[in-house]
Amino acid sequence: MITLTVNGTRRSFDGDPTMPLLWFLRDELALTGTKYGCGVAQCGSCTVHVAGKPVRACQMLMSELQGAAVTTIEGLHPTGEHPLQVAWREIDVPQCGFCQPGQIMQAAGLLQRKPKPSDEDIDAAMNGHICRCGTYPRIRAAIKAAAEKSS
Amino acid sequence: MSANEFLPWVRRAVAPQAAAEKPTPLDATQEITDRPQDLQRRTLIQLLGLGGLVIAFGPGGLRRLEAAELAAGIAADPWSPHVYVRVAEDGIVTIVCHRSEMGQGIRTTMPMIIADEMEADWARCRVEQAVGDPKYGSQNTDGSTSIRDFLQKYREAGATTRTLLETAAARDWDVGAADVFARQHEVVHRPTGRTKSFGALVNTARTVAMPAPTSVRIKRPDERRWQGKKMPSIDLVPMTTGTAVYGADLTLPGMKFAAIARPPVWGGKALTVDDTEARKVPGVERIVRIPETPIPGAFLPLGGVAVIAKNTWAAFRGRDALKVTWDAGQNGSHDSKTYKAVLEASIRAPGKPGRTNGDVAATLAAAKRKVSAEYHVPYLSHAQMEPMAAIARVQDGKVEAWAPTQSPNDARNTIAEYLKVDKANVTVNVTLLGGAFGRKSKPDFICEAAYLARETGAPVRVQWSREDDMRHSYYHAVAAHRFEAALDDAGKVTAWLHRSAYPSISATFAPNLAGPTPDELTNGASDVPWDVPNMSVEVCPAVAHARIGWYRSVNAIHHGFAIGSFVDELAHAAGKDPAAFLLELIGADRKVDLSKGGLVSAGDTYYGAPWADHPLDTARARRVVESVLQRSGWGTRLPRGRGRGIAIHRSFLSYVAMVVEVEVSPDGMVRVPRATVAVDAGYVANPDRAKSQMEGALIMGMSNTLYSAITFAEGKVQQSNYSDYGVTRMRASPHVVDVHVVESEGLPGGIGEPGVPPSGAAIANAIFAATGVRVRELPVGRQLDGWEVMASDKGRAVAG
Repeated sequence: MITLTVNGTRRSFDGDPTMPLLWFLRDELALTGTKYGCGVAQCGSCTVHVAGKPVRACQMLMSELQGAAVTTIEGLHPTGEHPLQVAWREIDVPQCGFCQPGQIMQAAGLLQRKPKPSDEDIDAAMNGHICRCGTYPRIRAAIKAAAEKSS
Repeated sequence: MSANEFLPWVRRAVAPQAAAEKPTPLDATQEITDRPQDLQRRTLIQLLGLGGLVIAFGPGGLRRLEAAELAAGIAADPWSPHVYVRVAEDGIVTIVCHRSEMGQGIRTTMPMIIADEMEADWARCRVEQAVGDPKYGSQNTDGSTSIRDFLQKYREAGATTRTLLETAAARDWDVGAADVFARQHEVVHRPTGRTKSFGALVNTARTVAMPAPTSVRIKRPDERRWQGKKMPSIDLVPMTTGTAVYGADLTLPGMKFAAIARPPVWGGKALTVDDTEARKVPGVERIVRIPETPIPGAFLPLGGVAVIAKNTWAAFRGRDALKVTWDAGQNGSHDSKTYKAVLEASIRAPGKPGRTNGDVAATLAAAKRKVSAEYHVPYLSHAQMEPMAAIARVQDGKVEAWAPTQSPNDARNTIAEYLKVDKANVTVNVTLLGGAFGRKSKPDFICEAAYLARETGAPVRVQWSREDDMRHSYYHAVAAHRFEAALDDAGKVTAWLHRSAYPSISATFAPNLAGPTPDELTNGASDVPWDVPNMSVEVCPAVAHARIGWYRSVNAIHHGFAIGSFVDELAHAAGKDPAAFLLELIGADRKVDLSKGGLVSAGDTYYGAPWADHPLDTARARRVVESVLQRSGWGTRLPRGRGRGIAIHRSFLSYVAMVVEVEVSPDGMVRVPRATVAVDAGYVANPDRAKSQMEGALIMGMSNTLYSAITFAEGKVQQSNYSDYGVTRMRASPHVVDVHVVESEGLPGGIGEPGVPPSGAAIANAIFAATGVRVRELPVGRQLDGWEVMASDKGRAVAG
């Protein structure tokens, strides 16, 4: 039995220990904001925070998560008003929207580490994420807007 | 099934035939008897019966609704003056969006047009996603058609509703119709200033006779509140909080999870299946064979071996543990390397002409200066972020599916045909689409879910892995192009010969096709806006060995890249500035109805519209080019390794010009610091969405041009994931995309697709300007490795 907390709630799991966190979140907890895009840490759609840091949920096995604290997009902010979420809406970033929870979770990790990220910081932090709609320029603008507001 | 049954769908694949699926006329008088609320109510009640957790296309976007909310939603008996509109007695307006949302913003733009015309208060409007039903008109969200085919219908729907509410108020007050007007969710009596809310007028409005469609007044431009202005997406909150519902985000009670091993070669079959190890995987419950569909297969599943499990992970593990031997079938020797030579041989012989002007052969033969070049574009995969996923349930002979589909009616019809049930017993619900780009026009994945739900007796969610998606797509056609042109002493083009060869999308629907038809050239090749007296644009044979499908802008991807690149090569051959040369090639302002001259085979319509409505208007082409020249700094110097490229292309009835600036690093990596775009799409309802579509089209164009390629060996796709199918990422993507959306009251053209075709050429031309390396084969990949050495070698050769 593996126990962990997800968005502050205690959860347990006694299934296949090789199951990635992604499928536990999606299939067992119905927290479907965390998306499956590639399964091999190439696209970033499944990004969540473990111990406050962005990780790819498709690469975290349940067996590694005993006692872990996981935050998903649903738990990023109690009313969905994290500065990044607000900036994302003000700039109308999403097109199809599918990759955006992962992008936001990654950007949240970046701002925690670097409240005033440079263009290079943003490129380095966000380059592991794919958006096929091509919202990158707006993502960059939204991260900067959120950083500006948070200061 | 016979191939002919699918031909109407084929005929939608290319431009001039796009009208085959004509929207059902939406006569308002007809629809008053049609009660969409009944269907909606039935669906909601069913869903409540399932525990209320499932689906909601409700306020604030597509999301889960609580049971209480659902119950509240079905309490009222709303008035439905139009198939797209309901007004409840509490004043809540529900607008039914019949088109699929995949990032283009139609779930916002369509309701916004209707609400504007009916003078509704946007805050009191709700958007409901339609199930597949012909009563809504075409729901096939492809071909950049939503606004260009429906703008007038949406305006009429809103204006009709407004007129009925105004008439109801006049009747309630016993005053003349001329003395009342609607204003933001109420009707005002002009002489007295008294008002009555929309909700309070519903009961009288129910009894008012439908106005004749011609008597309904559409707003003048100066009366519009939101049309033509920025309107943020209605789905922003769900999309930024993780509550938006895509194809894999619903769970039905008792639902099983499926992953499928499909034939690796198009037309292949499973010979032997050893599922011993698969059955040992914890959570795996059943193995189900799905019959392989013979070529061409159309929209039907490929077939294969399905693993049914308790969760997605178990299904994936079980599928990976299957030991299947496959018979490759007729395409087992398809190889991209040898096929390239086949296409090359094809374009080096005359093809079937799609456009003929003057005498190209004689002009070329007599020319003092000739320029020729060949270009190659590989197969491409949509690689949309959301891999295919669909849910289906079969109960009491009725099939219900939930899926991210671009075309719920095609899905419904195909499921009915595949499972041999009456389509009246098939319901297809549309979730949000996590990217689509044409892939989700094909309902093969929804049929898989329906088949497995029937076979297992349980609701089933089919989940494709990214590898499945990469290897079993409907690919954008591999293509080869050849050009020969003659230049006169003044550097003007006097002859233009363009031949192309690519497997046709029609081959996915009809067997034994030799290649594309000349009609397919009107997707941006035979309809180029050039002023050249002698032209021949031809298609050459190419047999399909893979499932070919439409991908954002379809054949205009390779047409646009090849044509725009060759124009740049001609400019350099003529010793002219590429932009000046381009304007000269467009020539004097003129309007040409291409169906009346030049085109050999024009088809009945042009992108589904009357030819006469959309003449080639070279002034529009010229103006978008001038716009990007003015705003891009064209002609100013850039440091070494940086360059600008220009291209213009017309597709889907819109004109798009681009100046792209690239920066090529010493190790050959390309970034796009800045791009300038101008689009003339006629009337644009939501300009900020048009801008984001142009941004996205450019970035998708970067993927197509710089990184992406699907290749085949032994009939199998060699790529598997984003690790070997490259796409644009943040670091390479533009910091500035300056988009000029031309203001116009003209007939609307497409927005979602036409930005893609010019992007490839603009990027390749910029690379040439930056490095001296001419890209004739996509993707660029590692072709620029060592470009500084190549450039200096070239410099020496020229100097010597």
